[in-house]
Amino acid sequence: MANLLSVITFIPLVAALIMALFLRGSDAAAQRNAKRLALVATSATFLVSIFVLVQFDPANTGFQMVEDYGWIMGLRYKLGVDGISVLFVMLTTFLMPIVITSCWTVEKRVKEYMIALLILEGLMLGVFCALDLVLFYLFFEAGLIPMFLIIGIWGGKDRVYAAFKFFLYTFLGSVLMLVAMVAMYFNAGTTDIVQLLTYDFPHSDIALLGLTLTGGLQTLLFLAFFASFAVKMPMWPVHTWLPDAHVQAPTAGSVVLAAILLKMGGYGFLRFSLPMFPVGSDFMAPMVLWMSAIAIVYTSLVALVQSDMKKLIAYSSVAHMGYVTMGIFTVNQQGIDGAIFQMLSHGFISGALFLCVGVIYDRMHTREIDAYGGLVVRMPAYAAIFMFFTMANVGLPGTSGFVGEFLTLMGIFQVNTVIAAVATSGVILSAAYALWLYRRVVFGDMIKESLKSITDLSGREKMIFAPLIAMTLLLGVYPSLVTDLIGPSVGALITDYHAALPVGEASILAH
Amino acid sequence: MTATDFNTVLPEVVLASFAMLALLFGVSTGKDKVAPLLVWTTAGLFVALALVIGFSQDGPAQAFGGMFQDDAFARFSKVMILLSSAAVLVMSQTYMERRGLLRFEYPVLVTLCVVGMMVMVSAGDLMSLYMGLELQSLALYVIAALRRDSVKSTEAGLKYFVLGALSSGLLLYGASLTYGYAGTTLFSGITTTLDQGLPLGLLFGLVFMIAGLAFKVSAVPFHMWSPDVYEGAPTPVTAFFATAPKVAAVALLARLMHDAFGAITDQWAQVLAVLAVGSMFLGAVAAIGQRDVKRLMAYSSIAHMGFALMGLAAGNAQGVEAMLIYMAIYVTMNVGTFALILSLEKDGVPITTIDAMNGLAKRDPWRSFGLLVLMFSLAGVPPMVGFFGKLAVLRAAFDAGLGWLAISGVIASVIGAFYYLRIVYFVYFGKESDGTICRMDPIQSLLFTGAWVAMLVGVLNLFGIEDLATTAARALVN
Repeated sequence: MANLLSVITFIPLVAALIMALFLRGSDAAAQRNAKRLALVATSATFLVSIFVLVQFDPANTGFQMVEDYGWIMGLRYKLGVDGISVLFVMLTTFLMPIVITSCWTVEKRVKEYMIALLILEGLMLGVFCALDLVLFYLFFEAGLIPMFLIIGIWGGKDRVYAAFKFFLYTFLGSVLMLVAMVAMYFNAGTTDIVQLLTYDFPHSDIALLGLTLTGGLQTLLFLAFFASFAVKMPMWPVHTWLPDAHVQAPTAGSVVLAAILLKMGGYGFLRFSLPMFPVGSDFMAPMVLWMSAIAIVYTSLVALVQSDMKKLIAYSSVAHMGYVTMGIFTVNQQGIDGAIFQMLSHGFISGALFLCVGVIYDRMHTREIDAYGGLVVRMPAYAAIFMFFTMANVGLPGTSGFVGEFLTLMGIFQVNTVIAAVATSGVILSAAYALWLYRRVVFGDMIKESLKSITDLSGREKMIFAPLIAMTLLLGVYPSLVTDLIGPSVGALITDYHAALPVGEASILAH
Repeated sequence: MTATDFNTVLPEVVLASFAMLALLFGVSTGKDKVAPLLVWTTAGLFVALALVIGFSQDGPAQAFGGMFQDDAFARFSKVMILLSSAAVLVMSQTYMERRGLLRFEYPVLVTLCVVGMMVMVSAGDLMSLYMGLELQSLALYVIAALRRDSVKSTEAGLKYFVLGALSSGLLLYGASLTYGYAGTTLFSGITTTLDQGLPLGLLFGLVFMIAGLAFKVSAVPFHMWSPDVYEGAPTPVTAFFATAPKVAAVALLARLMHDAFGAITDQWAQVLAVLAVGSMFLGAVAAIGQRDVKRLMAYSSIAHMGFALMGLAAGNAQGVEAMLIYMAIYVTMNVGTFALILSLEKDGVPITTIDAMNGLAKRDPWRSFGLLVLMFSLAGVPPMVGFFGKLAVLRAAFDAGLGWLAISGVIASVIGAFYYLRIVYFVYFGKESDGTICRMDPIQSLLFTGAWVAMLVGVLNLFGIEDLATTAARALVN
């Protein structure tokens, strides 16, 4: 099949359209049909995406399976994947059937919910496949609409505030990126990402408001893209939308948000910031590294004092994303390999943790840590699974969480030992908040009357966790599955990056 | 004055004669019961003329010694004006009938107004410019006060008239200065004068004329009339205000700037840039507090005019092209949105508060979805077509070295996104409302659905308006 990427991008969108047009009624049967259709569509997407993985040639560092058609206003509809994006595509297609299954018990406006999730999947896949600036922007931004609705309609008590904050925060970041894209088009005369990757944007110093700006236009463009990706990531100090959004979002929304949407930021850094603005990146890298280190420590500390489970996991996500940005801006093989690995692994682990919270939230309708305790008595299977993912979140060797953290720390150690030391303390802090959460929720005496009748995982819930456990373990014990795939592309990215830095002026980081 | 001259202005002559005949017909039958017939005939005539103008193969022509110009730019604008006027006419029919507002003067006045607008976009001389503008404005003053027994409506009409007269005064003052220094009122003559340098008086004239036209466009700081007029006028009239006259005014501005003052782009571009940035921000910020959807749309249109002016401020063909694309998209979105606003009622009384849309999604999923598409399109969120309009003007502004304007524009659009989202919020997240219903007649349904589907499907190829806009822009700027 020549248009494999278009096929996987549009299967969910077409399914959503079919559901919107032909599925009538809101009785139980219609709801069941909506869920089934959504599950079939997402599973089909996953199955087709396996062909993408099979056809993908890791040794080729260029873009593969490229589709290129004319579009409007001189733009192009161009899709393709390389070693950096292919696994994000896989992550998305792999997680969506799980997400759909996890909302099997939802009863509120099911059809619309499924439509929103399907549209979201199509748009997320588009983001990772797009090879035209504006096409990328289109998918990137359009994803806000279904997520806004998911939080706003199916969310918790303060959902409206969270939905607005989510939308406006990310929208502000993104429009600055849009201006930068227009500037890039003006400069390079094309919006084709493949051509832009080889285009050398001006980087001579410019005077701005009486100050000299090192890196000139590249630094400005970098900052504009940074505004968007840092918010999406989210990086400290622009992370504050995330805890609100997570707490208010329904379980499926949280899973998608943490597992996939956040990865768009990291993907953006790797696709745009580093290769297109190497001089700007090099100039800004120390700042980004320090921001990441602060994020790791600060948000871990904040996570310690949370009384809401989802909020705690949300802050832990921000901390883990700190490792990702840190890994990316070390610009060495271990760092970037580790960052991508960490993103994939975090996709499985944080998704699973939010599902874990969802399981008990469905039963007790509260996320307060104090409302729980001693769950192990009535829910042994749940306790085991929650334990597994808590450990993976902490970065226990043997789970994928360890590999990602270890690689990024190894990367940063070669670049800056002080930042490495600060960041490593985050490992201890993450153990502290995660294990403490686990103790308070699962262990202890079951003294709450309301918990006495709680039931353990159903078959459906176990089925949801099984693939996530498998992936976490598989990547934990056999990480070269991932690194072999991404290695050559990452290597090429790093070589080009260092080659693009001005001759005679070694990287600011290389000391 | 020859037959060819009249041949060139044939569409305008046909419309003007039709208006007079319709008036006679209405008076002689004496009652408003012929009004629906007249509405449909007028709309039909508009569409027919739009087709004739749109598909005409004639080359560019001038008539009456250059006072009237018929080129691709004028045709593009005229088609937009005619089609949007026809749409607004037919979708307002049942609304006006239910409220007893449908008088036979209404289609007649709209026709006269459209004639005025067509003369405006074809103007080649300050005289024909003013004639067209006044014909349009006088008709608009009257239809703003169409609901004679309503204090608000008459107030709107009067307010519009007083401020409109003031702006006409400014424009005339500028025109007379221009005439004094250029010695001619012909655009081509002004251009010739400018070849020998720019007299200070001419610059003053230019600025006064921009101020006068900015009133018509409702650009900040000449916007104060528009929220009150939008709110006070009957909703169909508001819909009309928000569409065709805006196109005509912006097109006229483009015509005057490029045809007459094309040699001194740097002089007027900065004025327009300031108007643009002010409009975008005021439109975005002031709309946040609005509780009436008509007032909200007034501020929204101010913000959108800011974006259109941003395209003009680029001062080149690309900018005009972007402006035309933007206006075409803007008009479509507004027709769709007003079709929905017109249909909102509670116990038979039209309702225009925003919270009336509370919980619309539960009762009316499809229309809510359509409204969602239109709102996100107005906010400029991709993949809706509204985004591409914004992209076009941003690109034009950036290429013209107005990076700061582009950045202000996108920041304003984020602020503006808030109130469009609020409407979505009421529709989708709001509590169950108290019996507001959305009673659409088939025509409104058709226009509403057409508009939102276009905003969604347009992402595929924009229906080819880019090519038309390119041709039109090239015809104006050379």
